[in-house]
Amino acid sequence: MYTVPKLEDFSPAALDAAAAELLAALVAESHAAADPRSFEEFRNRWMARKNGVLTQVNDLWLKAAPSPAKRDVGQRVNALKQRAEALVAEAEQLAATAALGSKLKSETIDISLPGIERPLGVRHPVLRTLDELISVFVKMGYSVAEGPEVESDYYNFEALNFPPNHPARDTQDTLFIANQEQRAQRDRLLLRTHTSPVQIRTMEKLVPPVRVICPGKVHRNDAPDATHSPVFHQLEGLCVDTNITFGDLKGTLDHAMKSLFGSAVKTSFRPSFFPFTEPSVEVSISCPFCGGKGCRPCKQSGWIELLGAGMVDPNVFGFVDYDPKKLSGFAFGMGVERLAMMTYNVDDIQQFFYGDMRFLEQFA
Amino acid sequence: MKISPNWIRDLVSPAATDRDVAEALTVSGIAIEGYFGEGADQTWEAEITTNRVDAMNHYGVAREVSAIYDVDLAPLAPTVAECGPANFPILIEDAEGCARYTARIVRGVKVAPAPAKIAHRLELIEQRSISNVADASNYVLNEIGHPTHAFDLDKLEGGKIIVRRARAGETITTLDGVERKLLPEDLVIADAVKPVAIAGVMGGEATMITFSTHNVLVESAWFDPASIRRTARRLGMHTDASHRYERGADPGITQLACARVAELIVASAGGSVSAEVDAVARTLAQPRIALASSEVKRILGVEIPPAEIARILHRLGFKVEGSGPEFHITVPTWRLDVEREIDLIEEVARIYSFLKIPNTLPSFAGGVIELPNARKQAALRSRLLSLGYNESLSSTFIPQEDARYFAVSAGAAEPVRIANPLSEEASFMRTTLVPGLLLQVAYNLNRGNSDVRLFEAGHVYAMRGEAVDEHNSLAFVSTGGARPSGVHGKPEPLSFFHVKGDIEQLLAAFTAPGVTFDRTVPAWLHPGRAARAQIAGNTVAIFGQLHPEVAAARKLKQDVFIAVVFVEALYQLALRQPAYTPISRYPAIERDFSFVLPEGVEFESIRHKLAALSIAELTAILPAETFRGGSLAAGSYSFLLRVRFQSAERTLRDDEVANWSQQIVSAVETLGGSLRQ
Ligand SMILES: [Zn+2]
Repeated sequence: MYTVPKLEDFSPAALDAAAAELLAALVAESHAAADPRSFEEFRNRWMARKNGVLTQVNDLWLKAAPSPAKRDVGQRVNALKQRAEALVAEAEQLAATAALGSKLKSETIDISLPGIERPLGVRHPVLRTLDELISVFVKMGYSVAEGPEVESDYYNFEALNFPPNHPARDTQDTLFIANQEQRAQRDRLLLRTHTSPVQIRTMEKLVPPVRVICPGKVHRNDAPDATHSPVFHQLEGLCVDTNITFGDLKGTLDHAMKSLFGSAVKTSFRPSFFPFTEPSVEVSISCPFCGGKGCRPCKQSGWIELLGAGMVDPNVFGFVDYDPKKLSGFAFGMGVERLAMMTYNVDDIQQFFYGDMRFLEQFA
Repeated sequence: MKISPNWIRDLVSPAATDRDVAEALTVSGIAIEGYFGEGADQTWEAEITTNRVDAMNHYGVAREVSAIYDVDLAPLAPTVAECGPANFPILIEDAEGCARYTARIVRGVKVAPAPAKIAHRLELIEQRSISNVADASNYVLNEIGHPTHAFDLDKLEGGKIIVRRARAGETITTLDGVERKLLPEDLVIADAVKPVAIAGVMGGEATMITFSTHNVLVESAWFDPASIRRTARRLGMHTDASHRYERGADPGITQLACARVAELIVASAGGSVSAEVDAVARTLAQPRIALASSEVKRILGVEIPPAEIARILHRLGFKVEGSGPEFHITVPTWRLDVEREIDLIEEVARIYSFLKIPNTLPSFAGGVIELPNARKQAALRSRLLSLGYNESLSSTFIPQEDARYFAVSAGAAEPVRIANPLSEEASFMRTTLVPGLLLQVAYNLNRGNSDVRLFEAGHVYAMRGEAVDEHNSLAFVSTGGARPSGVHGKPEPLSFFHVKGDIEQLLAAFTAPGVTFDRTVPAWLHPGRAARAQIAGNTVAIFGQLHPEVAAARKLKQDVFIAVVFVEALYQLALRQPAYTPISRYPAIERDFSFVLPEGVEFESIRHKLAALSIAELTAILPAETFRGGSLAAGSYSFLLRVRFQSAERTLRDDEVANWSQQIVSAVETLGGSLRQ
């Protein structure tokens, strides 16, 4: 360890040599002071006012210098001190950087571990599909209408031109509310089998023009299996005004399907039968999943039957006091679960109703 | 139904391939949805809508082809050499039920297997060949669509046929060997003694054709659809005949069908045919309908030339008078579904082709009207999603005991029972969303998903007198960890306070002055860890830990937390409209007080006391810590209260803070608390 020598020779050359030796020792010792604590010791040893190395230089070199040399020695010692201080400061900077480096190193974590996720809830795939359908039609000027899920025979059937005991009722496996036998048939309560009753309720309330969609839950007496559920959702729409034509029905649904599935999608229309529309039509779209080449959702046909539709039957207008000679309109409807199953590749409709977290979280 | 294109080509000859014909039929309303077999043995699966009973046979489909391709349809003209009168009276006692009954007698038949051509055609379309006589009837059904029936003449007693309602107590054993009890509303075919067939549904076993039959009576009748449907439904029978009669058979074809069956019997089983016995009880009017080209345009949006309209309707068998723009159209007997001008427009449109009608968009004036609660509903939904609950859908149907037990309101109304439920477990409509969500929790836990957070919004139901009350409800459920365990730290178990926090987040969406919480909760919640939230005296939520016994009964082996939100009460409140309050420029001062409180003094009573001090600068009252045990006397606990003072206008002085602090201590002392020494 460096100690300050007593000087015999106070000549400039001798002083410079002694200073160089001191500075070399300082640098060497600073390198050895790696951690903050030894650096602190190092600095005290060299810089302490009381008995620090530089203080000793003062005592041993400056004070001991003969008078004629004092001026020159004083200048050289001052220069030495400044240089030493600069070196110490430099060393301090290096030490601090090194210390921070090792601190940060010690704080290193395994960034390959998974993040801490704060769970976000997930919209139900069926309701998410319904949201998308609603938004397409709202943009086209349709308002949303709602109605009760428990309906009377009148609204679910009669006013929709399903006469009592008509075979068309067989297609709607209906769940009935108990203890209705004493009531007139039209007042008997049942679970709506389609959202079409909302069309009747809407027309009863509104003066045309009417443009509504009716999203909602419906029920049928269908035993649950991979493609049937006693509970499911429909979206229906109704547009009534003067001069609404079958061409408007086609154009509207073509536009809506392109909004939903992209402009490349084509629509096809073929005759069908529903008691509440005439003419009735079944609407297919070119398969948006395979582009028409054939895949599972389209059963390799390239086409998917998606909607039932038609021009509102004049008899239905009769039930709501609309004049069928002045007014015309179209209605359409579709099953939401089926579309959701195709969109998300779900092969069992029951999955929608288990509340299985592993299932739902796939739709995040 | 199965269609043989080869058979169609016996009746009509379009210049197109079978495949093209099938596609053209599909576009026009006879949907060909499947192709089976090859060449002459190819068959199609045709989906024919219930209104088109006229097309549920080969001749009907051929008629469509004739209209689509504008080619002639082969006429139907059976020839029978009549050997003399039948001498067999037909009496229609019920004209409402039976409009017409045509019969012929074929004597001297030799019942044998059907000829190959007939048997082969029937087998192609998945009909079983039985015998030459039975097959004649079935062949005609599939050829021209009219149901007929063959009786063994010698088994008919009394030499006559009577069409009448069944008598009380009468029974019949039908062809399928089942004995059926008949009611006076059932229409039957009877001989002088007994019913021999259930009209339009199925013949009787006693008079059926057997290999020892020599003489046959061929029945070709028209029965009232409603009557047939009623009987068939009551007896749970659905036959090819009833399917067609229920939907409206052709009242004008009874003679032709009868002759055709007789012709086929003679050709395959020999014998000689009597003259026809044709009993007509009433005639069905054939509607004559005015049709205007302008109406076609108004509905379809496209101008179809009058000549095209006339051509289409003529090819479909309608009698067309006039050449446009006005027509008078007489509907053929086989189209009972066509009664009005709109029905004619549909006929024109579908043969013209829907695809040729140009797409247009209606013009629209008016705005979109939002449902009154749409935004509130969306606010609740988005908050629950943000809080990490997955949206779920559960069944509308629950078991009876759940419907009653989980009812959430006091003096709960009668639950709604389903008359024809899918199962006993699904025989009632849900009175609350709770059982559905608990079922889903169990589903998850049984599959090892131990962290479950679900919510459902949907209707709940109850009887109100004669009517059914239907309300919007919302419920959410959670179990497992608030934070899952893992490398990042210890798990944080869910608690009542997580649920309460979520409830508070939901209520915060609304302008909800003074939410209060109390312990008035249903029995299915843990009595010590559940609460009711009210706003202005209206219950807006009940929530807390599921009662451990209820959880155990449902085999839920971890604590389950559940909340029911009474959304309709919430919807009475406005959504909170955020507004800026300036943030104070002056420092806040916090003070901690360590109290010892008697057990049973709840935070709410302290908060209430402090609020009553009406210190405007007291901006926060925070429970910082509670502690029990240690050196504390039994029946007491320590409570660290932290309060914050701040003024929007000035820096607070020490003396006023000291004064307020003293007021706080005094207030807590009135509750039996004391400042800890
Ligand atoms: Zn596809």
